[in-house]
Amino acid sequence: MSRPANTQKFDNCLIQWIDERLPIFTMLTKEYGVFPMPKNANYLWSFGGIALTMLIIMIVTGVFLAMNYTPNTALAFDSVQRTMRDVNYGWLLRYVHMNGASFFFIAVYIHIFRGLYYGSYKSPRELLWIVGVVILILMMATAFMGYALPWSQMSGWGATVITSLFSAIPVIGDGLVTWLWGGFSVANPTLNRFFSLHFLLPFVILGVVFIHVWALHVTGSNNPTGVEPKSEKDTLPFHPYFTVKDSYALVTFMTIFLSVVFFAPLALTEPDHFKHFNPMQTPPEIVPEWYFLPFYAILRSFTHDIYIPFTDIIILPAKLQGVMGMFGSLLLLMVLPWLDTSKVKSARYRPVYKWCLLLLLVSLCVLGYVGSQPAGGSLAVVGQVATAYYFLHFIVLVPVLGFVEKTCPVPASISDDPCCKH
Amino acid sequence: MKKKLIGFMVAAALCLGGAAHAEEGGKLAHQYWPERGVFGKYDMASVQRGFQVYREVCSNCHSLKLMSYRDLKGLGYTDAQVKAVASAYTVQDGPNDEGEMFDRPARPSDRFHSPFANDKAARAANGGALPPDMSLLANARPGGPDYIYGILTGYGTAPADVKMTPGLYWNDTFPGHQIAMPQPLSDGQVTYSNGDAASTQQAARDVAQFLDWASNPHMEARKAMGIKVILFMLFFVGIMRAAKRKVWADVH
Ligand code: HEC
Ligand code: HEM
Repeated sequence: MSRPANTQKFDNCLIQWIDERLPIFTMLTKEYGVFPMPKNANYLWSFGGIALTMLIIMIVTGVFLAMNYTPNTALAFDSVQRTMRDVNYGWLLRYVHMNGASFFFIAVYIHIFRGLYYGSYKSPRELLWIVGVVILILMMATAFMGYALPWSQMSGWGATVITSLFSAIPVIGDGLVTWLWGGFSVANPTLNRFFSLHFLLPFVILGVVFIHVWALHVTGSNNPTGVEPKSEKDTLPFHPYFTVKDSYALVTFMTIFLSVVFFAPLALTEPDHFKHFNPMQTPPEIVPEWYFLPFYAILRSFTHDIYIPFTDIIILPAKLQGVMGMFGSLLLLMVLPWLDTSKVKSARYRPVYKWCLLLLLVSLCVLGYVGSQPAGGSLAVVGQVATAYYFLHFIVLVPVLGFVEKTCPVPASISDDPCCKH
Repeated sequence: MKKKLIGFMVAAALCLGGAAHAEEGGKLAHQYWPERGVFGKYDMASVQRGFQVYREVCSNCHSLKLMSYRDLKGLGYTDAQVKAVASAYTVQDGPNDEGEMFDRPARPSDRFHSPFANDKAARAANGGALPPDMSLLANARPGGPDYIYGILTGYGTAPADVKMTPGLYWNDTFPGHQIAMPQPLSDGQVTYSNGDAASTQQAARDVAQFLDWASNPHMEARKAMGIKVILFMLFFVGIMRAAKRKVWADVH
């Protein structure tokens, strides 16, 4: 049999036989063996692989949890507890899954911040970035629905609060919410569809991750200088250099993750998550998981209805503004490649942008704190200021800085960069 | 630059972690609970005494639905002891071949006997208030064992300016301070197997630890496994670090 074009020769005859018919080994060698990586990529470049590993861990533990889980409002809470108490190592499965969600978000948030800092969203990586934002949104939907499954007070009330947001949409809002719930409140039909979707979406994410990596392997990785590799001198083959570097980072991350799983698995869990859902009794505070807090704070920052001037006809109720703000804050990330007008990619050479980005991080932390606290009071104003900065940053600062910022000299190539000698 | 960036990350993580932890500040007195530390273990003698307190006092009103009698082996009881505990209770089984439900002594695999047939019966017997199931009580209240101890030792007379609702009792710890549970423990109410009559404080401490155990029965197994896993991981990290350095040694 003649070898198809673009395949490689392998010594092992079985591998060769398979590769002639399905060039998977050629593909693996090309994409993960000799694939050229900028040699100066730092440890922040390890978080993509870490995030993928977390996704796989979530899928594996999730499939086993699902074997013991019953999606019925009368049984769900006890079935999760039965898993914890009576299934061999069930507690381990659940604690890995529960905390795995948090560490998945930690990895992805660091991964995204890396992109913001080094300008990885700019040409030619715009699609890669957009696909990444799609993954983030899918992850949020998945985690939100997963949190409903144990059917605790936090599960039920969290689901109620978030699904009710859609009622802010004019005209169709209320009908839409009834449709989402499958009834007139969060109840058994809601739990069943959440379970179905929570099982499905991670596999959708896996597919989108595949596209993400595909796009990445077309453009190649960015690097701390933001200068594309110019010659062989600038790159190293993925294997063994980055396989070993990423493995080191991965094992370190897993050690921290497992420390939490084994020694503080409930550190991030609200006491109300241990009470069975009771639709008649609202908990004093409904607090989302930490990874939603900044967005939750943005949602609550909009407190004034907007009227048609000189009348009392509301055109934009506060609730609708909040919902638009919350979803807008994510969608804004999608258009970031076109909002950023700077020719320089890496924040390393952008003395002003660098500080703006730091301020964005601070405002996200502030929003996270505000989101965890009861609504109202003077904190509300703090939250509004932070929300304002979030939008100001992307809508005003990022486009304007590209024109007015005086950037530092960018090295001609990666190898010419004095600060990344290994 | 790299250092600065890592600094940002750590700050962000701490910030978010701190935010997630924030809770409304209760006025609970914090005690030392041996099981609550990162490497902490249960004081099994205390947990066993606490089980006695639960069995003799609390189980008259509070269920422990998620526990089976065989779980008591985790407290150090033998199979025979567990059997003896279980057989003191009667459970309904059936239907038998004649189609009749029948009563039989509980077996170790049965769930703990609940004091009331259902929530309505529980409310009817407690002036309309529901004694919560205790399987997860220590996890489901901010403060955990401190809260349970606080409730049990927090009874007193209401300040003169407070109008008490009939049938409720003043309690320093309970949110709203008016609780439907009559003071369950008093000095000398429970006599431990060594002949000591337990003080209210002693019994409260013991039962709080028992309930903490009931909420997290696998905690000791988890931590024991964790130590092995983390030691292995640290070793693994060391190897990967060495491998990384070796592979990268010739890169300039
Ligand atoms: C006579 C029945 C009765 C007995 C015996 C009893 N309780 Fe209670 N308990 C109640 C009722 C009823 C409530 C609900 C009070 C309320 O909601 O106002 C309650 C509530 C509680 C609470 C507060 C729960 C919450 O919602 O925050 C704790 C803690 C508690 N009991 C612990 C105990 C312990 C420990 C014992 C055994 C030493 C015990 N109880 C014995 C009836 C009882
Ligand atoms: C993107 C990956 C995933 C994320 C982010 C995620 C997130 C979550 C979260 C936050 C919970 C609530 C945990 C708790 O508080 O108890 C949960 C529960 C659950 N998940 Fe997932 N999950 C993922 C993948 C999966 C998959 C693939 C399955 C099944 C195939 C699954 C099955 C379950 C089940 C059965 C529960 C309920 C049991 C429990 O709460 O422990 N998950 N998930």
